[in-house]
Amino acid sequence: MNKTVNQKAWFLVLPVLVLVAFSAVIPLMTVVNYSVQDTFGNNQFFWAGLEWFREMLDSERMWNALTRQLAFSAIILAIEIPLGIFVALNMPKKGFWASFCLVLMSLPLLIPWNVVGTIWQIFGRVDIGLLGYTLDKLGISYNYTQDFIAAWATLIVMDVWHWTSLVALLAYAGLQSIPDAYYQAAKIDQASRWKVFRYIELPKMAGVLMIAILLRFMDSFMIYTEPFVVTGGGPGNATTFLSIDLVKMAMGQFDLGPAAAFSIMYFLVILLISWVFYTVMTNLDKRDGV
Amino acid sequence: MAKITLDNLAHSYLPNPSSENDFALKELNHDWTDGEAYALLGSSGCGKSTLLNIISGLLHPSQGRILFDDKDVTHAPTAERNIAQVFQFPVVYDTMTVRDNLAFPLRNRGDDPKYIAQRVNQIAAMIGMEDRLNQKARGLTADAKQKISLGRGMVREDVNALLFDEPLTVIDPHMKWELRTQLKALHHEFGHTMIYVTHDQTEALTFADKVVVMYDGRVVQIGTPQELFERPAHTFVGYFIGSPGMNLFDATIDGSTASISGTQIDLGAGYTPQTGRTQVGVRPEFIKLSTDGTGIPARIQRIEDVGRHKIVRLDVNGQQIAAIADEGANIAADTNRIVFDPKGINVYADDWRVQPQQEAA
Repeated sequence: MNKTVNQKAWFLVLPVLVLVAFSAVIPLMTVVNYSVQDTFGNNQFFWAGLEWFREMLDSERMWNALTRQLAFSAIILAIEIPLGIFVALNMPKKGFWASFCLVLMSLPLLIPWNVVGTIWQIFGRVDIGLLGYTLDKLGISYNYTQDFIAAWATLIVMDVWHWTSLVALLAYAGLQSIPDAYYQAAKIDQASRWKVFRYIELPKMAGVLMIAILLRFMDSFMIYTEPFVVTGGGPGNATTFLSIDLVKMAMGQFDLGPAAAFSIMYFLVILLISWVFYTVMTNLDKRDGV
Repeated sequence: MAKITLDNLAHSYLPNPSSENDFALKELNHDWTDGEAYALLGSSGCGKSTLLNIISGLLHPSQGRILFDDKDVTHAPTAERNIAQVFQFPVVYDTMTVRDNLAFPLRNRGDDPKYIAQRVNQIAAMIGMEDRLNQKARGLTADAKQKISLGRGMVREDVNALLFDEPLTVIDPHMKWELRTQLKALHHEFGHTMIYVTHDQTEALTFADKVVVMYDGRVVQIGTPQELFERPAHTFVGYFIGSPGMNLFDATIDGSTASISGTQIDLGAGYTPQTGRTQVGVRPEFIKLSTDGTGIPARIQRIEDVGRHKIVRLDVNGQQIAAIADEGANIAADTNRIVFDPKGINVYADDWRVQPQQEAA
């Protein structure tokens, strides 16, 4: 086939280029700019090379935050994905109750992050919060502002409450796309419930589950608002995740250079993990296809 | 293998069916003889699939009972009935290999692995997929997938019945013949009770020992292909089976003569007086063209040469009818009448065939 050459076609790409430049490239470059310079205020900057990157890689504080972050993401994924699938499997397939469940499930997703944080912050208070008060009366020691385990538990339960719906809705959509004939054939073949899940439902949900895992991973890896509102990163540094630490460093201490270096590495980590994840998943898909 | 009995069976998809029209499947009593091959023939939406799903237990009937060898299984789950069913669209387990797909029903009952391996190879040979056993089922074409579905249906040797729900819809025409022939061979070899749902009369007539014709939720006739052709019990059977279908003429019946738009016709047999709408049905094969002034006035509109024979389309008193003439026949230009061969005449009252008096006696 002959290619038509028309250089004017580049103009069609221009709007996207401009948009991406302003929304992503230019801000990112500003950060890159900060990360290789030092400042003592007064808008005076000095060349610092890769010093901030070296400092950050040696910083125990950053590694600790990264560890906490990975632990948090791993825990919520380990809970939300199976729980979401379980909820989706048990939702009504059609009729009034199906719509009712869908609306009910979407509610947490519609609440702004800081409101979710505030809800749980109050909910967990020992003096006026329903949860904190009840636990306290039951004789369970619970204080998320002082106890490291209580703080983590609160954040995890809050995230599960907030986001399991998303996984469930995606999984539900995947389940709805399975034609009845598959279930009928499985009955004819005398397949057990587990085999129906393993060989029919799970393969059909694989695509949406991959999206769910990716979304939940990225979102939880960047979590900021809710822990900031509920625990403020405490007690101590127990719930200081990467972005909380980053904001502390950049806005609190005004260490622009290290914070910029930090955020670039943060960005690269997310990019890397998402890329690995995507590649592995698409390859799995291809291998199955042959 | 089993005899399957339907006892007063009916099904409605509505929760509270009030009139007969609410029923997708109207009351039905029938025995499916053990080891016979049946075809369930009818147009779309006539209740064929409903009936099939009730037999396999995917659907529970609103009323009546189903018995396998006189054992009531009306409320038994599908798995307990030990039935094989193949659906219209291929169902394969995507993530499994072809081999695992075929072995699935056997593994689910915990059969001996050695037996499974041997049986799977046997079935693979039957559907011609021995060389693709280790391939994943996902990437296969629709007809390969359907062959796997068929294979999975046939892999259990001791099923009570094999049910096919228009299984060859997605298969290439030349492959259709081959698979249908294989199914027939399989039937002769193992003697399973087979029920084959289709809306294709050729498929039904070539596959089955007995054809069950359904119309509007009702079984209108059960018979051998020959019976369906010669003595259609309902005008629908006449019209649905045959190519072209049976011609129907409004007529008044008086003893052994009928009057069709003013012309007297000898019916070849006597009939008791009928009420309701009376019609005379004659297949195109039994209509002869005539030029000698006897018979019903007709005008030729066009002649279709289909190779084996000619189909003559005629206009009789404003009504379209068809007649079949031999391929070599010379159709006279002055043809203006048609006559009926008496042995091909059937009389209908309100769409149901009326027995002539001698036949009844």
